[in-house]
Amino acid sequence: MYQVNFNDIPAEKFQFETRNDLSHDSKFETKPVSYFQGAFRRFSKNKGAVVGGIVIAILVLFAIAAPFFTPFRPLYYDMMYAYVTPKLSLFADNGADFWDGYRVKDTNYVGYLKDKALADETGRDIIKRGEVTISEDGSNYTYRYNTYYGVGFGKYKIISQAEYEDIQRYQDETGIQVLYPIVAYSDRPTLEKNKYDANIYYKVENPAAATIRPKPDANGNIIPNYWKCEAGNATNLMADYHSSRIEGENGFVEDGTQYFYVYGRKVDGGIEVRAEYYEYYIYQHTQVLKDGITEPLFLFGTTQTGKDIFACLAYGARFSFIFASIVVIVNFIVGVIYGSIAGYYGGRTDLIMERISEILGSIPTMIVITLLKYHMGSTSQAIVLFIAFFATGWIGMAGTTRMQFYRFKNQEYVLAARTLGASDARIMGRHIFPNGLGTIVTSIALAIPYMIYSETSLSYLGIINLEAGNTTSVGTLIAAGQQSIMANAGYVALFPCLFLVLMMLSFNLFGNGLRDAFNPSLRGSEE
Amino acid sequence: MYMFKYVSKRLGLMIFTFFIIFTMSFVLIKLLPIPTTALPGQDPKVVMKTLEGRGWITNIQEGENGVWTYDRVPIFIQFGLYIKRIVTQGDFGIVTTYGEYLNMNIWKVFVSHLPPTILINIYSTLIGVPIGLGLGILAALKKNKWQDQVINVIIILLISVPSIVMALMLQYVFCFKLGWFPLTMSTSNDYFTWEVFRSMIPAVFALCLGSIAGYARYTRAELSEVLTGEFMLLARTKGLTKRQAIFRHAMRNSMVVIFPSILSEFISVLSGSLIIEKMFGINGVGGLYLNSITFQDYDFFMLLSGFYTLVSLAAGIVIDISYGFIDQRFRMGAKYDVSSEL
Repeated sequence: MYQVNFNDIPAEKFQFETRNDLSHDSKFETKPVSYFQGAFRRFSKNKGAVVGGIVIAILVLFAIAAPFFTPFRPLYYDMMYAYVTPKLSLFADNGADFWDGYRVKDTNYVGYLKDKALADETGRDIIKRGEVTISEDGSNYTYRYNTYYGVGFGKYKIISQAEYEDIQRYQDETGIQVLYPIVAYSDRPTLEKNKYDANIYYKVENPAAATIRPKPDANGNIIPNYWKCEAGNATNLMADYHSSRIEGENGFVEDGTQYFYVYGRKVDGGIEVRAEYYEYYIYQHTQVLKDGITEPLFLFGTTQTGKDIFACLAYGARFSFIFASIVVIVNFIVGVIYGSIAGYYGGRTDLIMERISEILGSIPTMIVITLLKYHMGSTSQAIVLFIAFFATGWIGMAGTTRMQFYRFKNQEYVLAARTLGASDARIMGRHIFPNGLGTIVTSIALAIPYMIYSETSLSYLGIINLEAGNTTSVGTLIAAGQQSIMANAGYVALFPCLFLVLMMLSFNLFGNGLRDAFNPSLRGSEE
Repeated sequence: MYMFKYVSKRLGLMIFTFFIIFTMSFVLIKLLPIPTTALPGQDPKVVMKTLEGRGWITNIQEGENGVWTYDRVPIFIQFGLYIKRIVTQGDFGIVTTYGEYLNMNIWKVFVSHLPPTILINIYSTLIGVPIGLGLGILAALKKNKWQDQVINVIIILLISVPSIVMALMLQYVFCFKLGWFPLTMSTSNDYFTWEVFRSMIPAVFALCLGSIAGYARYTRAELSEVLTGEFMLLARTKGLTKRQAIFRHAMRNSMVVIFPSILSEFISVLSGSLIIEKMFGINGVGGLYLNSITFQDYDFFMLLSGFYTLVSLAAGIVIDISYGFIDQRFRMGAKYDVSSEL
């Protein structure tokens, strides 16, 4: 063992092996990725979540825009057009046998004959393309039946003299036939329910029968039974008519005498007419009510009370989304503040706050809503919903926030911040909260569909009725749809259910995607 | 000893919570105007006297033109009387406005409506638990194979399609289109005949589909986590077959979490599903509750809301307590104290 002290070692002997390989850290070539950028990148890779997000955007767009595009309102109803099937002009005009306002009708010979008679008189396509399938024994007739034109004339309508004149003016201006010849009172079937049935314009076999059978001629054609009037010999019961007449009728000659058909009968309170409901509806809405409705066209059909499903769904969806967003925002603010305080300070503060929220949280929502409803009356049910969902909803948000605060508050960086003199508020707001934000946002995304679904169920159960507030709920529509099952009108429930399913599914996908994006370690787990 | 303390603490807390909620409901209900309007065929005086007999009002006087006046008894005295009657006589009041059961004993009406609700839920649990667990186990064992993926899709569909839509679809397809079952449940009181059972089937299915999905998802998550545990490797190394290892070790461990949730669900289903009951016309507690709201029968509402609150609280506490019993490691709110372990 020896030690040598080297003195005077020349400095030039100390050299880097290679001059350019300076082994210090190289600068990052890539851009730094923040937590939220990373989350966004992970999120966009998740196809299901992106699709969910797009569907949500479409549904929200529908809820915002659709009410502006439909002239119908949730309060609108027309009993004459009850159970009208969905009709989309695109399909209806191009002869598609789908979404065309028709439905398959199974009936017997008499039912078929009545529809055919109506089709013959009005020239409408009540039986689609006239195609009828007759069963082998000839008892059953199947055809596609137009629910819009099939309404025909409904009952005899009593209108005022002014309206009678106005309809004639409208007929003259547009060339559209609204009024049709009536049947003389004495020639009508005798039973009350058939007497005022304006669809019976033909000769019948037995006027006293409960079920009216048309009496066709030898060729199987319907024989009209209109009220005839000898020219210049009108009785004072016949209302003066000077507008367009139905085809082939204008003053015909029979046995050397000229006749006219009668279009109105003077009765107490006005003039009794037969108005084809389809055209009368258009006249009524464009000329009298002027409410923007130009024709009966129900995209999603109507319910058993003749409400437009499209409008109800659009308004219901709009209410649902507005409602859910407001409640979520309020819950978020209150829940985050409450949860941060409980989670950050811990100890006794936390214990007391937890007890309070536990007790509040264990009151069933249904009971809160009922009590509120009793106290606030039935006029402000939307407010009842808001308060009830707020009262029970913020607790979940507070719990989530509290967990996040527990998770982060003992970490070293918080200690560092505190050592540097940061105030409690600053630590909570700047240091802990942003880290927990991802989880909190996820819980919001998962809370929205739950809220909409709860609101829907409450409306379905009839506990909440939003129709007083000039809006409606998807749940009310579903309840109507359930009642329509018996009437074989499955489409009433179809669209509201579709909306609900799409909404729930896409929010779940979206929320799960958010969770995976914010907490990659939790991927695939539940909660 | 520790267990006893733990359980009594939880129970005490539950009773405290229940008492607060019940009192709050009572006060809020009693702040409302008293429904003294006589239904058709009822003598207003009898109505008044009934209310006086129940301790709601005093000093009834008939004024001019048939207007009755009365003084209200302070709410807390009413509450005392109410509690006293419940405790000493088991008397929850009589029906005052709910037309169908007018003047009947509320408790009796309530009890007579329990069987359909409970039966439907028992059937649904009996069907739902085995299927749900089976699907979950299958999915966990075949994780990431096609069986798992199929089951996952089914679970997601069942969870995302709301029960209201699911029930409506079942009713439309099986009851209306195919006509296999009646549209609504039979109102007969012979609950154990084939006819009544048949009319219950759609409702039972509608109820259990959701819980099947829930159990399957839960079991899959739990079991697949347990299966990755190191003790499973040990069990296999020890020479157990795969089947033995799964059923003796993995299943047992995952049951620790799953079993309490089954228990809790079983209790919470006693309250039934209002939606299913309404949709299938089940003559159960749910319909009673909805009607008591519509008729504003306050005593009825008190009993039913108490029932619903109790059931939901009990379902929550069952999870905590059974965790404590099944898994001795689990000590909710316990301080680390070796002596308590001994």
